[in-house]
Amino acid sequence: MSGHYESSYREPLILGDKSYHDITEDIARPIEGKANKNWYIAFYISLAAMLWGFGCIFYTVGTGIGVWGLSKNIGWAWDITNFVWWVGIGHAGTLISAVLLLFRQKWRMAINRSAEAMTIFAVFQAGLFPIIHMGRPWNGYWVLPIPNQFGSLWVNFNSPLLWDVFAISTYLSVSLVFWWTGLLPDFATIRDRAVKPFQKKIYALLSFGWSGRAKDWQRFEEVSLVLAGLATPLVLSVHTIVSFDFATSVNPGWHSTIFPPYFVAGAIFSGFAMVQTLLGVMRKVTNLEAYITRLHIEYMNIVIILTGGIVAVAYATEFFIAWYTGSPYENYTYLSFGAEAGAYGWAFWSLMIFNIIIPQILWIKKFRRSFVVSFLVSIAINIGMWFERFDIIAIVLSKGQLPSTWWRFEPTFVDVGIFIGTIGFFFVLFLLYARTFPVIPTAEVKTILKSSGENFKKQREENNEH
Amino acid sequence: MYQFSGKLKMLAIGLMVIGLIGTAISFMNTPKTLQDAKDILAKQEASHHGSHGGGHGEATNDHHANTEHKSDTHKSDHKEVKSNDVAHTNDHKKEVKADSLSHKEEAANHAEDTRLTDSLNGHVAEKAHVDPSSHAGNDHDTAHHGDDHEEHAKHAFHQMQNKPWSAIYVSLIFFLGISLLVMAFYAAQRVAHAGWSVVLFRVMEAITANLHYVSAIMLVFIIVTAMHMNHLFPWMADGVFDPLSENYDPIIDGKKWFMNLPGWVMRSVFYLLVWNGFRFYIRKKSIEQDNGDLDLHKKIYNVSVVFILLFMITESMMSWDWIMGIDPHWFSTLFGWYVLATLLVSALTVICLVTLYLRSKGHLPFVNDSHIHDLAKFMFGFSVFWTYLWFAQFMLIWYADMPEETTYFALRFKEYVVPFIGMIALNFIFPILLLINSDFKTVPWVIVIAGVFILVGHYVDLFVMIMPGTVGAQWGFGIGEISAFLFFLGLFIFATFNAFAKANPVVKGNPFLHESEIHHYYIIEHRGEDNAHH
Repeated sequence: MSGHYESSYREPLILGDKSYHDITEDIARPIEGKANKNWYIAFYISLAAMLWGFGCIFYTVGTGIGVWGLSKNIGWAWDITNFVWWVGIGHAGTLISAVLLLFRQKWRMAINRSAEAMTIFAVFQAGLFPIIHMGRPWNGYWVLPIPNQFGSLWVNFNSPLLWDVFAISTYLSVSLVFWWTGLLPDFATIRDRAVKPFQKKIYALLSFGWSGRAKDWQRFEEVSLVLAGLATPLVLSVHTIVSFDFATSVNPGWHSTIFPPYFVAGAIFSGFAMVQTLLGVMRKVTNLEAYITRLHIEYMNIVIILTGGIVAVAYATEFFIAWYTGSPYENYTYLSFGAEAGAYGWAFWSLMIFNIIIPQILWIKKFRRSFVVSFLVSIAINIGMWFERFDIIAIVLSKGQLPSTWWRFEPTFVDVGIFIGTIGFFFVLFLLYARTFPVIPTAEVKTILKSSGENFKKQREENNEH
Repeated sequence: MYQFSGKLKMLAIGLMVIGLIGTAISFMNTPKTLQDAKDILAKQEASHHGSHGGGHGEATNDHHANTEHKSDTHKSDHKEVKSNDVAHTNDHKKEVKADSLSHKEEAANHAEDTRLTDSLNGHVAEKAHVDPSSHAGNDHDTAHHGDDHEEHAKHAFHQMQNKPWSAIYVSLIFFLGISLLVMAFYAAQRVAHAGWSVVLFRVMEAITANLHYVSAIMLVFIIVTAMHMNHLFPWMADGVFDPLSENYDPIIDGKKWFMNLPGWVMRSVFYLLVWNGFRFYIRKKSIEQDNGDLDLHKKIYNVSVVFILLFMITESMMSWDWIMGIDPHWFSTLFGWYVLATLLVSALTVICLVTLYLRSKGHLPFVNDSHIHDLAKFMFGFSVFWTYLWFAQFMLIWYADMPEETTYFALRFKEYVVPFIGMIALNFIFPILLLINSDFKTVPWVIVIAGVFILVGHYVDLFVMIMPGTVGAQWGFGIGEISAFLFFLGLFIFATFNAFAKANPVVKGNPFLHESEIHHYYIIEHRGEDNAHH
């Protein structure tokens, strides 16, 4: 059994006395059963929020951007804050599925499916904002370099907003393909187990006729590896390009070279927090506690501490260099003495408390292995990372170089409504996903059962195989 | 146990001796007095006029003579400068063109702009400039129009004097950084509970043995620098903080809270203490852990976590103190991480090369192709990462084109264009092409070639970070630079293999050792290995 050898020092990743069949059963159960009342309650609440958000969007587009709280000095606020926040959340999914695959982290397998789903649904939400924040969204297709009858009038490739178009659309498509490829064997399992003809038909369509031959598996692995290798630079570059929206500008507080890696670190930080929020609930309601264990929670918390630490170092750097530049303008950036005591001081301190101070309790082992604490901390980080984006955008724009342009941003109900709407939309998609998709990659988890399953580990120890 | 062979020891000592002699020579060759410097400048100018039409072989001289020539003429009006230039060779014209391109707006605004001369020379004399924050470069002279020539000669004199110091400094930072980052990588492997790299732990530990030696040299360097024996850090010059002095620099004075000698020395010593303390502790405990004590394992883990935390902070600050401070008017928030990337990829390459060497001599029988493949993957991945950060920093500054930041790259494009662009090929293009193929990542000679590119490239990277601010247009790659490198290389070989001979080549008591021994990455064919133990 040396092929399945794993150091006994490592904790098991699959708890209980599970067999291959048990795994299939456990994971297929939510799909094959009926939704309970709680699911419907959650779904209808999300749906209501989503519809309310759609209403706000139609109102905005029909009436004009003026219904938002923007002014001529603060042209970006909640719209782009939410955009960056959602894109950031999406990043953990790719990180878990691609980067952790490259680093051969077995614990990734129980969470990657849901993390990728989260990515895709979060990118959907993010993708709304670049369109709806346009003054003339019906001309939105002009951002594409399509030959046309205006003497083939093209786009200017120098704008990071255009790079955003390419980045986000590429990111969404690659993530989708990566996710779907991984789903093929699992859909095939559901197809083969389906008893109702309609269900069988659907899953047969979704699984593209996967039959699991050796050659298919070999190519499957190769494709996964190549996609992981491509998705990793992609995930770095996407949030980098998002950060360029700010960093290429000349606004003090935005123009900062650390933005690219710092945004990426923040994205992983916030994305992992969201995964933590979702999985904390999901493992309970879908009875998947044997697969998403305390150890998974702890590992995610460790990633959160690490990326949170990187973000903290970046904050310190920003704060220091803002002073070091000797430029008086840098005193009104989102991380400066000016911001700390300014009109948005509360936003600055929210950022510090939610992002930097609260997550530090995860240093204590007891807390980072606690489901409740992890859940609460993850909520705090989601809030904190929203404030980070808000602070970067609103604090910097509220005090530009000319004091005569200083302005204080107040959101309207439409700003808030659209944000709530995207949260609703996100949960609608996620709840539907949790009922129809195998939320844990069955095929992948089976590959680690013999090396990392609790029963197999115990057995090996008894046989005294090192 | 490994035996440090006599041959290798002789090589190491030989390199150090050659390095020392060469360094001594380069110190002796620096001009002692201002008059000497003027003579050299005159000679450079003469050779410039004499070698018109000649190749760009003496790039430095050419550049220099070029600026010299202009400073002769720029007292007259701008037109005259122009007509003079036209009379010159292509070489010369190109130079002026490049210059005026990057200074388009200024050139338009100030018709009799004398700054061109100075900026060519490695320091933008922006005293007459609009924005007081747009300082860059290291001008310790106040470029008065009247005595420009004298000032220029004085400046060049300082730069010439800096040359051997900078040569040592670049190699010192390079080797110190490599040892430090090998240690950080090692700590990261410990913290990550890595199962593949355990058989490489002793190799990494051996490389970090060099940290003590280079840190001691760094300490001496810090003291010597603080005693004003060189002019590497312009903010340490006399009178910079004194409003009554000719050298007064309000920008630097504004940073006094950070840029002051006691603070700088204390911080520097603190970094060295943290790093060396960790290395001392971890090596000791690692050898103790050969008895299989899991408590020790846990202890090393905990200490490594604390180290990584401190490392993240000290590394950033170190790069501000030791490198960014050379251009005290310039700043970039990314700089710390950019330096980190440069050193990290070099460190990974060094681990890989030392491993390959030891394995080829049969001292690492448990290291198989999968381990090499993993190391080569890291070299590949972090080469891309370096490029990402390089591009992020460069592109953002280029894009916004704010004068106080752009001068940094303008200077590098003007005076250091070949190394500056060349390192992109060395650090990015070659490693990408050589190491993307999975099979190649196990072929020793391919890795060695890629590794040499990477190491040369990152040496050049540090060179381009440090030299422009210290020696400016007077740079060259000659006896001083080569000797300093050879000295540190010899020291590195000595420290590494000496330490490797002192402990068991495998960390016996590590709970992940067996995982590492049977490590087999599934897409790798292990060529020429017996598969008995798989």
